[in-house]
Amino acid sequence: MEIFLAPLKFYSNVLLERLVKELSNRFSSKIHVIDLKVNLDDFFSVDRRQYYSTQIIAEVIKLTDEYDGKVILLTDVDIFVPALTFVFGEAQLNGKHSILSVCRLHEEFYSGISDENLLLERTVKEALHELGHNFGLRHCIDWDCVMHSSNGVEEVDIKGNTYCRKCRTVIGDYKYY
Amino acid sequence: MDKKQRILIVDDEKIVRESLFHWFEEENYFVDTAEDGEIALKKYSKEKFDLLLVDMKMPGMSGLDLLSKIKAIDKDALIILFTAFSSVPTAIAALKNGAYDYITKPVDPDELAHLVKNALEKRALKMENVQLKENISEIIRPDNLIGESFQIRKIYELVNSVSRTDTTVMIRGESGTGKELIAKAIHINSNRKYSPIITVNCGALAESLLESELFGHEKGSFTGAQFKRKGKFEMADGGTIFLDEIGSISLRMQIELLRVIETKQFNRVGGNELIKSDFRVITATNEPLEELVKAGKFREDLYYRLNVFTIVISPLRERRDDIPLLVDFFINKFSSAMNKKNKSISKEALDFLINYDWPGNVRELENAIERAMVVGKQDTIIVDDLPFHVSKNNFDLMKDEKSLAAMEKKYIQKILNENSWNISKTAQILEIDRVTLYNKISKYGLRKDEY
Ligand SMILES: [Zn+2]
Ligand SMILES: [Zn+2]
Repeated sequence: MEIFLAPLKFYSNVLLERLVKELSNRFSSKIHVIDLKVNLDDFFSVDRRQYYSTQIIAEVIKLTDEYDGKVILLTDVDIFVPALTFVFGEAQLNGKHSILSVCRLHEEFYSGISDENLLLERTVKEALHELGHNFGLRHCIDWDCVMHSSNGVEEVDIKGNTYCRKCRTVIGDYKYY
Repeated sequence: MDKKQRILIVDDEKIVRESLFHWFEEENYFVDTAEDGEIALKKYSKEKFDLLLVDMKMPGMSGLDLLSKIKAIDKDALIILFTAFSSVPTAIAALKNGAYDYITKPVDPDELAHLVKNALEKRALKMENVQLKENISEIIRPDNLIGESFQIRKIYELVNSVSRTDTTVMIRGESGTGKELIAKAIHINSNRKYSPIITVNCGALAESLLESELFGHEKGSFTGAQFKRKGKFEMADGGTIFLDEIGSISLRMQIELLRVIETKQFNRVGGNELIKSDFRVITATNEPLEELVKAGKFREDLYYRLNVFTIVISPLRERRDDIPLLVDFFINKFSSAMNKKNKSISKEALDFLINYDWPGNVRELENAIERAMVVGKQDTIIVDDLPFHVSKNNFDLMKDEKSLAAMEKKYIQKILNENSWNISKTAQILEIDRVTLYNKISKYGLRKDEY
C-alpha cells in the first residue's frame, strides 16, 4: 500500500516536505507527492467563499485510478460541506480518498500569530486521522488517539498524535511509534 | 454510554440531510433522516430516537408544528431546531414550547458536537435519576439567570452538582452578573432548602456593625443595642449563609470568621453564652482575592477555607448569545408587572443591546429594558427608547481617534475582544472575509491580550 499526497492550492513546500518526512517515519509504505489536474475553482461557492469538499473528492476519484493506495488531497483553501460552517477534512470511510485543509490549522487563523511547528503537528494529526477513516476507522473515544474527533482546533491540539492500540491494529503498514 | 445514541435528522434539503448524516455517522451515532414532518412523525412513532434535529422551515408541516406534535406523543422528546439567523426570535419562542435548543445553519461543527453531547448527557442523567427514583427535582432556575450560552449551561451543571453536597462555595464575577442568584439556586436545590438562606453584604457595613450583624448582640452591649438580637449566623441555622463582597472585610473580622466557620460556634457581641449553628457558607466576590492575599490584606487560611468550590460567572459581554433571551425574559417580566400588553423589540434595538458592553452586566440590561418600557410609546422597543449611553456606545469608542486607520484598528480590536477572538464570528460581524481580517490583524499587530 502506498500513500499519495496531492497538493492543490497548497502553498507551503516546507510544510509539505516536513509532512512527507513525518509520514515516512510512521509508515513503512512509500509516500509520494503527485500532481493532479483539478481546478478547485469549479468547487468554489461564491456565497460561502469556501470550497465544497465532497464534490472535490468526487472529482478526484475520477482522476486517480492509476494510483494504487491512499490519496490525500492537501489544500490551503477553506472547505465545507453544506450543513456545516467548515470541515478540517473529509474522507471516504473504508475508501481510497480524503481531503485535508490546513486553512484552519494555522494558528494565525485564530490568534494572528504564526507557529510553524504547531501547524506541522496539527497537519500530521489530521492527515493520520483522515487516513484512519480510509482504513475503516470511526472516531475513537480515547483522547490520546488521533482518531478522536476534532471539530475545533482546540480538540486537534488536545488529542494524541498517534493511533491508540486498538485503532493501530486496523492500520496497515503503521510502524510502532 | 455504550449503546449507540439514535438521532433523527429532519430537513427538506437533501444535501443538508446527507452532510449531517455523514457527520453524525462519523461521530458514532445511529442516524436516520426524514425529508418532511409527516415522515418524521411516522418514524418517531415507530421507533425511539434519543434526539431529533429539526429544520424550522419546511414546506408542509413546519418545524414548530412537528415540535408540538412530537411533544404531544412524548413530552420528554429531545429536539434541537435548525434555523436561519433571521428567525432566531421564533426559535426562542420554540424554546418555550419545549425545544431543547436551537442552532443556526450552517452549523459550526464544534458547536453542534457540544450541543448534542450536552443534550444527550443531560437526558441520560435525567433518566438515571428517574430510574433511581431519587427525588432530585431538576435544577430550579432562578429568575434573571436566563441563558443558553455555553458558559451559563456550565454554571447550571456546577450548581446542580454542588447543590447536592455541603461544600463551601465561592462565586466570582463582576457586579451585576447575578452572584446572589447563583447562591440562591444552590440553596434552593440543596437539602437545606426548607431552612432560610441569609444574605449579608459585607461591604456595606462598618466593622463594628458587621460583627453584631453576623453574631448578634446582647441587650446593652453597645450604645444603641437596646434589645438582644440574633445574628445572621444564628438565623442561618439549618440553612445557608451567603456572604457577599467577602473581600472587603477587615483582618480582625477575618479571624473571627475563620473561627466560626471552623467551629460552628460563637458568642453574641457582649454575651458569654456559646451559640451553636449549623450553616453552609457561600461567599461571593468581584475582587482578585489572590492579590489581596499576596498583599497581606486577606488571610490565606481563610481564602483556602472559603475557596473550596469556585463558580465563575462571565460578564455579559462575554456571553452575548444570552442577551436576546434575557431581553425577551425582561420584556415579559415588565409587561405583566406594568400591566402593559406584550412589547416586542426592533431588530435594530436588539442589535444595539447585543453590541453594547454592559459594564453593569445583567442588572444594567434589566434596568435598560425597564426604562425602555416606561419611556417607549409604541408596541415595539426602538433604539430611541434605549438609554443614551447604550445606543451611542459604538460611537463613543471612536471619539478620540482622528485617522481612519486608528479607528479601524480600535474597532477591529473591540469586535475581536467581544467575540473572544473568534475569527469567523468577527469577520462575519465586520462583513469582511477571514483572510482580510487576518491581514488587518497582522497589519495593525493586534494581539489577543490587548484591551
Ligand atoms: Zn473524522
Ligand atoms: Zn483509537
